[in-house]
Amino acid sequence: MASPSDTRPGTSGDEPLLVVDNVYKRFGEGADATIAVDHMSFGVKPGEFVSVIGPSGCGKSTLFNIIGGLLGEYEGEVRIGSERIMGPHPAVGMVFQEESTFPWRTVIDNVAFPLELRGAPKSERLDKAHHFIDLVGLANFEKRYPSQLSGGMRQRVSIARTLVSEPRILLMDEPFAALDEQTRLLLGDKILQIQQQLHQTTLLITHNLTEAVQLSDRIVVMTYRPGRLKRIVNIDLPRPRTSEVVGSDAFGHYVAEIWSDLREEASRGMLDAEASVARRGARG
Amino acid sequence: MADRGGLPRLLAQRWFAPTFGLATIVAVFAVVEALLRADLLNRYILPFPSDVVLALGRVVTEENILSRMGDTAFEVLASGVLVVLVGVPAGALFHRFPVIRAALETWVAALAAAPVVLAFPLFLVLFGRGQKTIIVISFVYGVAPVLLKTLEGLSATRPVLINVGRSLNMTSSQMFWKILFPSAIPSIFTGIRLSWTFCLVTVVAVEFLVNLGGLGQLINDLAERYDLPGTYAGITFVILLSVAFFIVLERVENWLQPAP
Ligand SMILES: Nc1ncnc2c1ncn2[C@@H]1O[C@H](COP(=O)(O)OP(=O)(O)OP(=O)(O)O)[C@@H](O)[C@H]1O
Ligand SMILES: [Mg+2]
Repeated sequence: MASPSDTRPGTSGDEPLLVVDNVYKRFGEGADATIAVDHMSFGVKPGEFVSVIGPSGCGKSTLFNIIGGLLGEYEGEVRIGSERIMGPHPAVGMVFQEESTFPWRTVIDNVAFPLELRGAPKSERLDKAHHFIDLVGLANFEKRYPSQLSGGMRQRVSIARTLVSEPRILLMDEPFAALDEQTRLLLGDKILQIQQQLHQTTLLITHNLTEAVQLSDRIVVMTYRPGRLKRIVNIDLPRPRTSEVVGSDAFGHYVAEIWSDLREEASRGMLDAEASVARRGARG
Repeated sequence: MADRGGLPRLLAQRWFAPTFGLATIVAVFAVVEALLRADLLNRYILPFPSDVVLALGRVVTEENILSRMGDTAFEVLASGVLVVLVGVPAGALFHRFPVIRAALETWVAALAAAPVVLAFPLFLVLFGRGQKTIIVISFVYGVAPVLLKTLEGLSATRPVLINVGRSLNMTSSQMFWKILFPSAIPSIFTGIRLSWTFCLVTVVAVEFLVNLGGLGQLINDLAERYDLPGTYAGITFVILLSVAFFIVLERVENWLQPAP
């Protein structure tokens, strides 16, 4: 475990590549206002894999959109290195929660899309697209259309399309939320493998505990309403990892530990939802 | 080969659907023929299908149908192309500028519902008694569906696809040509199909009403001569023309955006 190749940049004490500094975002005004993100701060170091976990509706996608530069008008700041982002930053590659492949393009044309925008020559486009399609394990599906693929395969196309621009930071919002548990674990393997191959700095937004522990170096736990930082947990599981880690004792400990944090928040979320249903019922 | 049942295998054959379609038409003809012969339908209003089939040849040789079909086809094509050239950009404009949309969308929808054909005397005065008038009326009648369907298609682009574009820092023209437009193509072609149906009906109707030009005039003539089989044979050629137009349209759509 202490081999030289294992001293990944994330484990050393260098400067964070991505900094979320005191970010605060509120939707609406007055009584109807929702504080989606409440003064959150954390950093992601080069090569590090960080997950943000929190119950549904706590403000994860809001945070994702802020870091991706798609949402303006918030307080605090997001920095790449020392540069404050003012909109979508070329160093950040985004993978969205919903299905986002272009249905009118084949797999290879979907993946080559960002290179096409940049005006890269055709041979380069195809070479790179091939490379990343291989990496996500879709080598035999290049000429297929998204409608001919399964949901998990389509999500891999989106990931390859984002990786093809070789972003310094990969930002993903629940990319596997719509998938079944088995596909999710196997895709997790794929992500681990890619991460280990590319030393890709990654921020993953998720509400899935297993996934977060399986993949991350650190986990940022969020509270429910307002979306605050509850705790940051270091995951000291050995790397390289595979989905087999899910069976280990250490894994179980981490899951239990984070679940005890998350439980309170998730149940607050559920009570909240029930109350609002009840209110609506009383009114109707 | 796996031992699949006879019926599913039959249904999977390539030739099955077209043959079944043809057989259905023949069957309907046979039923109509039978009902007419049994005097259950009025034979002074509806001709015998067998007579209509016989009349097809006569209409071709005696009524100069090919050149008439050419006239009608030209009018439909001219107005059909015009409708696309104006409707699609106008729809894009409506999408780009919400003010225009708010101001005009209802009026355009109203135009589609208005019986513009009945205003043909006005157009005759404005554009003279000729193909130009027919093309203009057909255009006015046909433009709304393409415009509205273009607008609808562009507006229905999934927000997440637009966010993909934004995250890649796409310019607004890249955004239009690479995301909005391709995403709207199926809707745009639905609009074109609707519009072309309007155009074809309008062209033939105006030819019929004003007694001008192609197939519509011929049908009018034949009807006035009380040549029922001939009238229906003429209508058959209108149908053939419309089939030809829709085959071409399908080819174009497939070329623009190959279906998986
Ligand atoms: N554009 C908006 N306008 C008003 N309120 C919003 C908007 N976007 C999000 N919210 C509110 O902010 C809160 C956080 O939403 P967000 O989508 O960030 O949650 P999430 O953690 O991503 O949830 P999920 O896990 O279900 O995806 C929710 O209460 C939501 O109703
Ligand atoms: Mg979300």
